[in-house]
Amino acid sequence: MANDTATATPDIAIAATSARDENLEALTRGIWRENPVFVMLLGNCPTLAVTNSVINSLAMGLATTFVLVMSCMIVAMIRDFVPKEVRIACYILVIATFVTIVDYLLQAISFDVHRALGAFISLIVVNCIILGRAEAFASKNSVLKSSLDALGFGIGFTLACLFMGVVREVIGAGSFAGIPLFGPDFAGWSIMILPGGAFFVLGSWLLLFNWLAARRKRRPA
Amino acid sequence: MNSNPHNLVLSTSPFLKRPVDTPLIMRHVIYSLAPVALAAIWFFGVSALLLILTCIGGCMASEMLFEGKVPFRQRTVTDGSAALTGLLLALTLPPGLPLWMALVGSLAAIVVGKIIFGGLGQNVFNPSLTGRAFLQGCFPVPLTTWAAPGGLTDFFTLRGDTFALPFTNPEFDALSAATPLAKMKFDAAGTPLADLFFGNVSGSLGETSALLILLGGAYLAWCRFLNWRIPAGIFITIFAFATILHLANPERFPDGFFHLLSGGLMLGAVYMATDPVTSPVTPRGSWIFASGLGILVVSIREFGGLAEGVMYSILFMNACTPLIDRFTQPRTYGELNTENEPGESRG
Repeated sequence: MANDTATATPDIAIAATSARDENLEALTRGIWRENPVFVMLLGNCPTLAVTNSVINSLAMGLATTFVLVMSCMIVAMIRDFVPKEVRIACYILVIATFVTIVDYLLQAISFDVHRALGAFISLIVVNCIILGRAEAFASKNSVLKSSLDALGFGIGFTLACLFMGVVREVIGAGSFAGIPLFGPDFAGWSIMILPGGAFFVLGSWLLLFNWLAARRKRRPA
Repeated sequence: MNSNPHNLVLSTSPFLKRPVDTPLIMRHVIYSLAPVALAAIWFFGVSALLLILTCIGGCMASEMLFEGKVPFRQRTVTDGSAALTGLLLALTLPPGLPLWMALVGSLAAIVVGKIIFGGLGQNVFNPSLTGRAFLQGCFPVPLTTWAAPGGLTDFFTLRGDTFALPFTNPEFDALSAATPLAKMKFDAAGTPLADLFFGNVSGSLGETSALLILLGGAYLAWCRFLNWRIPAGIFITIFAFATILHLANPERFPDGFFHLLSGGLMLGAVYMATDPVTSPVTPRGSWIFASGLGILVVSIREFGGLAEGVMYSILFMNACTPLIDRFTQPRTYGELNTENEPGESRG
């Protein structure tokens, strides 16, 4: 614990005023300011592939959050015992363990959602957000801070998936989480459910986020 | 400047200028399309007229709404490019399409097809085909429901649910008919070539009369507003490829003339593949572009799941255009061929 500050990432070191602020910062950073999907553009594969409905997006987001938090916790616990040369292999092993747990859990909870997400549940193993947080943060920080950081990024990813899923389902199928919104005559824009629509929606969200960021920069707070 | 004793005007070439600018070219292209549009109105009545007006209006309104958003480009709505995009988009749509869907397509054509790339001259894909592809992705069923052609007598008969409420599905009636390509693909039934040539077939607005499109294209080529190599290359490739297939198996494959005259090929080859922004600039590149397009069209029609493949072929070749341009740059006079020299990279 004592040498945490020595190895911490620079942006944390600068922002550090007290331990509590630091923890809060670790938690909130991933939700909005460094949102993994809309700001860092990580983990685009599941974001584009399975967000064609609200339920699928939520399931994907929660599954990833669970794996992210648990893996980062374990990685932070074992960070002093893992030799540098084999650390990535160790991280993958830890992540794969939790992905397997999520895989079976989801099968037990809702087999339909599991089928809809298909291979993308197993592919959480190679999601860059998880490996990125494990390598960049959890391997250098305390267990508490790593879990808070992972939780923040998990929430950020879930929110991003939901942003995508809500737009795609409402426009594409005229429903929200399977509940029809506009009556039976509504003509769904089926491209939004198809893979092509994912790119349109992600692009539009990125446009909005970049526009907001540019406006914030122009107008000094 | 004052050291010039003879009041000579010094300037660089070009010295002879024609008053040709974007609005003029756009106007001429629209004039040359007028007969095609009139033929569409003749065959499909008031539905076609409303569809054309909606698309032109929708495209111009979208352009006006977003033109200021592109840096350094103000007031581009008056140059006619948006109107042309709208007209071409309308000509690719089935006559019975609800007007609100046409508006969605116009918006997609201008915003997704043109504005987000930086406006006219910067777009990668042909805007009107982008709009149509977007519509095809959104509403596949209304986009493939075709009305049978008629004459002036039923001018006021709607060819579909033209006035469907926005965001609702149109209702289909019994007027629908299969296009010649769909007939060939799914029922193996041919269509008389004369009908294809003069336009008495069902299909999208501009899919009808091959003759009028060829005349318009010839006029544009004569004015030098159109790169004749591209349509010529497309026709030659398609005819050759289709004829080879036909000779190999006359039962399964229709002959070359059928491929040339049916579907959106004429409109696509003459007016969309030749879009100067999205097609190669070098002559050699034009031939490569055209032959690639021709091979794709016949392949999609004969071996793909869709009846018609002109739209996707053109969009695909649009994507290849920068690459083609890059590899067909002419060598500057006097430049040495360094390709075979060791240790030299052409980066």
